Amino acid sequence: MNRAPNTEDLLRALAPQVLGVLVRRFGDFDLAEDAVQDALLAAATQWDTEGPPANPRGWLIQVAQRRMADAVRAEVARRRRETAVFVREVPVEAAHRDDTLDLYFLCCHPDLPPTGAIALTLRAVGGLRTEEIAAAFLVPESTMAQRISRTKKRLAEMNEPFADGAADTARLSAVLRVLYVIFTEGHTSSSGAGLRRADLSTEAIRLTRALQALLPENTEVSGLLALMLLTDARRGARTGPHGELVPLTEQDRSRWDRTQITEGLRLLTAAMSAGLTGPYLLQAAIAGLHADAARVSDTDWARILQLYTMIERLGPNPMVTLNRAVATAMVHGSAAGLALTDTVAEPLARSHRLPAVRGHLHEMAGDQAAALAEYRRAATQTASTPERDYLLLRAARLRTNGVTGASSEVDARTSIE
Amino acid sequence: MKYMLVKTYAKAAYCDTPVHEWAPEDIAAHIDFQRTLGEQLAAAGELVDAQGLAGPDQALIVSGDGRSAPVVTDGPFPETKEFLAGYWIVDVDSAERAVEIAAQASAAPGPGGKPIGEHIEVRPIMSAPAAE
Repeated sequence: MNRAPNTEDLLRALAPQVLGVLVRRFGDFDLAEDAVQDALLAAATQWDTEGPPANPRGWLIQVAQRRMADAVRAEVARRRRETAVFVREVPVEAAHRDDTLDLYFLCCHPDLPPTGAIALTLRAVGGLRTEEIAAAFLVPESTMAQRISRTKKRLAEMNEPFADGAADTARLSAVLRVLYVIFTEGHTSSSGAGLRRADLSTEAIRLTRALQALLPENTEVSGLLALMLLTDARRGARTGPHGELVPLTEQDRSRWDRTQITEGLRLLTAAMSAGLTGPYLLQAAIAGLHADAARVSDTDWARILQLYTMIERLGPNPMVTLNRAVATAMVHGSAAGLALTDTVAEPLARSHRLPAVRGHLHEMAGDQAAALAEYRRAATQTASTPERDYLLLRAARLRTNGVTGASSEVDARTSIE
Repeated sequence: MKYMLVKTYAKAAYCDTPVHEWAPEDIAAHIDFQRTLGEQLAAAGELVDAQGLAGPDQALIVSGDGRSAPVVTDGPFPETKEFLAGYWIVDVDSAERAVEIAAQASAAPGPGGKPIGEHIEVRPIMSAPAAE
């Protein structure tokens, strides 16, 4: 098929909206998806020869709705009367509300298992094919297809999966968490095989940007988008010539993406004008401070420490405490930082991040033997190859060169899971 | 034909020094070698999958009778040297080719860039009989 690219873009943008309308109305995800596929196919062939209609969205809704009604009629005879009502309905009022938002809420329903929610979001809101999602998560396509259909079945069994009102805040935070997990997956996994169309981080940013356009006043949504942009801006500098991880403090800052940083900071500033609340906005503020520092030594660690303390106040979280320990070490010295890591030794006993941070803090304190032991422990505990390689190399360099002032900086990846 | 090339923590034939005692540039060269090998196999259309496994202290053993809660323990495990460290699954034309790949992988560089002679087990993957 030789489609003009603008038809393709248009269809990709409209597909989740149309799917949202149909799922919202009819409640049957599977049938709705089939109907939308049919409508998209019809549009792709028709619009190229005849040009797009005056109201492409309305056109798609109408066609999809007709297919849907056909399917329902054929499949469930006893629902014939309802079907007639569906068909009579004109999709005008649907245009007043963007149902894409409902689609986000539905796909990220808090009662769905996270893996299912992620897959469904990428598929229904992001328009990715099952094959592409499977490739991104390095699982066979059939596995991913099963996961998606299981998730849809779970949705079908739920009572009023669209119910909103007071629950909306909880629903929104579930949506944000799913988007953040998608982003993090793309950001941390550096396995060779990626998405064919776009990588997961880029996709997460695209989806969050779309959500932010729907909810421009929500500071947590803006905060998450800013956080993603500011973090993703460092992507090019995060790995060295051998694919090894380069910690934040050693990155070549001239390789950070200034366009993304500017956009992130702009979003951050706008959202912060209403006050500094919510974990994503606070995290974005920290990322913003890192982005603002032209050199590592310019980093405003005192402010970062303050921000981590604020995040911790929102809810105790050992990972945040670990990050606060890093900031504490930068402000009050390595001993104070190490003392703080002791307080999370138990909840983080199986995480390699604890020994990794302790290794850095010992190195900073000049205790080479302790640093080596911690790095080695972290290297055996991590399940990530690039991280293991990084830790092995770090330890080897420490052994060869001894402790140097230049390496006395720390990077603990932030996390609010 | 699919083969699994199995890597354990066994001592390599020509190298006694554990990796965490190598010089940084030797570690970097070793990592590069592994990455390049993976890319070569992928480019040749022979790579199905390759994974490194997290270390022994992350491993658990599970047994269950199908009714009561399963028993989960962190052992007993075989000796560390027999412990599975990682694998490649390759899809190749012949057993000879599988051996060739294993030999290439075994010659990964170690201290001073000398091949370490890792012991790599080559195991054919069983398959269903060909459909008529």
